[in-house]
Amino acid sequence: MYRYDTHDQTLVDERVAQFRDQMRRYLAGRISEEEFLPLRVQNGLYIQRYAPMLRIAIPYGMLASYQLRKLGEIAARYDRGYGHFTTRTNLQLNWPKLEDVPDILADLASVQMHAIQTSGNDIRNTTTDQFSGVAADEEVDPRPWCELIRQWSTFHPEFAYLPRKFKIAVSGAVEDRAAIQVHDVGLRLWRDRDGEVRVKVLAGGGLGRTPMIGEVIHEDLPWQHLLTYLEALVRVYNQFGRRDNKFKARIKILVKALGVDEFRRRVEAEWAHLKDGPQTLTEEAVEAVAEHFVEPPRREVSAEAIDAYERLRGENRAFARFVTNNVTDHKVAGYKAVTLSLKRREHSPGDVTSEQMAAIADLADAFGYGELRVTHEQNLVLTDVPVDRLEELWQKLETLGMANPTVGTLADLICCPGGDYCGLANAKSIPVAHAIQERFEDLDFLYDLGPLELNISGCMNACGHHHVGHIGILGVDKKGEEYYQISLGGSQGNGTSLGKILGPSFFREDVPEVIDKLLQVYVGERTADETFLDTYRRIGLKPFKERVYA
Amino acid sequence: MPEQTVTRPLIVDRHLVEDSWVRHDDETAPAQGPALVPLAVWQAAGRRDDLAPWLSSDTELTPALAAELQEAPLVAIDFPKFTDGRGYSIARLLRERHGYRGQIRAVGDVLIDQLFYMSRCGVNAFSLREDQVVEDALRALHTFSRGYQPGTDDPEPLFRRRMRELAQRRRQPAMA
Repeated sequence: MYRYDTHDQTLVDERVAQFRDQMRRYLAGRISEEEFLPLRVQNGLYIQRYAPMLRIAIPYGMLASYQLRKLGEIAARYDRGYGHFTTRTNLQLNWPKLEDVPDILADLASVQMHAIQTSGNDIRNTTTDQFSGVAADEEVDPRPWCELIRQWSTFHPEFAYLPRKFKIAVSGAVEDRAAIQVHDVGLRLWRDRDGEVRVKVLAGGGLGRTPMIGEVIHEDLPWQHLLTYLEALVRVYNQFGRRDNKFKARIKILVKALGVDEFRRRVEAEWAHLKDGPQTLTEEAVEAVAEHFVEPPRREVSAEAIDAYERLRGENRAFARFVTNNVTDHKVAGYKAVTLSLKRREHSPGDVTSEQMAAIADLADAFGYGELRVTHEQNLVLTDVPVDRLEELWQKLETLGMANPTVGTLADLICCPGGDYCGLANAKSIPVAHAIQERFEDLDFLYDLGPLELNISGCMNACGHHHVGHIGILGVDKKGEEYYQISLGGSQGNGTSLGKILGPSFFREDVPEVIDKLLQVYVGERTADETFLDTYRRIGLKPFKERVYA
Repeated sequence: MPEQTVTRPLIVDRHLVEDSWVRHDDETAPAQGPALVPLAVWQAAGRRDDLAPWLSSDTELTPALAAELQEAPLVAIDFPKFTDGRGYSIARLLRERHGYRGQIRAVGDVLIDQLFYMSRCGVNAFSLREDQVVEDALRALHTFSRGYQPGTDDPEPLFRRRMRELAQRRRQPAMA
């Protein structure tokens, strides 16, 4: 895990002082509402539907136990005792007081955290694979590169007022778990024949109003040039991206308008000036960052212990279900990554209380070398659990309500805060999530359905990633009424695809019934091992449509 | 007739100074300067000492234009709205790539809370909007004591500075 040195600490401390001063001048009426807006959102502070909201950065989803404990304390002290993990792996507080925010930022800085650039038309928090560093299919550990990007993008003087927000995702594994094809920039790290890291650079992907899959801008950029290349690319966007219409301002519109070849030509022309300049990375500089992401001091897990674990899986059905769904293979034999489910009916998807944060921090200390990951599916991960302690962890998670053995199933749905909180939402999303979880809670049925991703967004900004859900639900507003549009066939990962709209939208109360009909079509049409997505891809939209609108 | 009637405070190289330049938005050059005029007007007027160009934020800084600007007594960059970030790139390219050594002045919607980043991009003069508090503006230029990235103020990115400091520490024997 990256630890700040005096430079990093000085910068976040100076940021707190800057924002404290800005807040003071705003409250004194010396900065207008409109002029304060970009200042506060670049510190994560929104003015929401009912209250302010503070979005705290969790850089590339990595969190230390002491940080999570502090987040729990902050949520208890300044908010209503809970927080919400987002699809950008950040944590949102829903009810802070405006004037408390400088103090909250100071508390965050005391544990090497901040809310810098979690909103605004700037380079946002970089996201990555939640299993980075431990995934069995990993070629390059993305974490040091993410940290280098974090530093390069933080307080970048030239890129604080881009045409629109800018999101970067990084993957270094065979399977893309970071959704790199639907980001403004997606980076795939790989190794060439000499073992040197190369970067495949994608640009112009994104969800939102106009969903698009990113185009390849560079296939094999040598690692030394990562930052200069990014700088060239963002500079082209800053200069030529549209600023006349906020709905056409993302980089995807520019890439599309210019055509990928012309866009690439401009980036390369700009890069020709920056290449080999001072931001060219050196082996020493990368190594200095990589030293922060060392292998934890794992003990050896004996063959007998592994056997005992396999036996338990065979004997204990509940444990086996948990392992099948919530436990992921690890690059080291005898170790597993464990996903803590934040999807249970008692809470909104991604929500965690202060007490739970403290308890999870304790678990991270006891079972995970004091570290956690946040996933873009709004769950948490302990990355290094020896199999001989899995049962104990599972039991502890049970008591916390976080052992729901449903990761990757319909019950593990992604959901934005929606109209219950968000100022942008057209419709509520949490009640839809609850209604679906309530209707489909039978575990046998969920397992029978197999892997199924259902994503809900309360508006077309698509924070709930509905376009890439196997089933996507989008809240829409028609003359002041809330309706829900359903799409099918979206997917994330290597074969990313965007969902197709089923047809006219539905009332909220009808959504679970519609989902049920869609599932009936799947169950009726599937061949032996077909997933929902496979069946959809084979039979198309029509049979689903006919059943639902019959 | 000058279009600018209210006095805008001017900060140059971190000091409040008197401003002798008046901004004009007309399509013809005024008979008398010193005046900041639109780029096309400056280009059309020949090389008058009492005229300097202001660049609109959509100006594409080609090498030919940059060469022309070398002769300008100062170059102003217009921020039509404080959220228009194109001027940052223009300033930086003019300073860093094209080596312009004269004054680069931000004009338009120039507010306290954008000055620091502008200054890292090569802007060294700020024609503040009339309502801005000068003391706060002068203070804002010292917001951060260092940056992760190189800027026109410091060409060394922080990762290189760290390597340099590390090497220095290694050279110096630990104090007993």
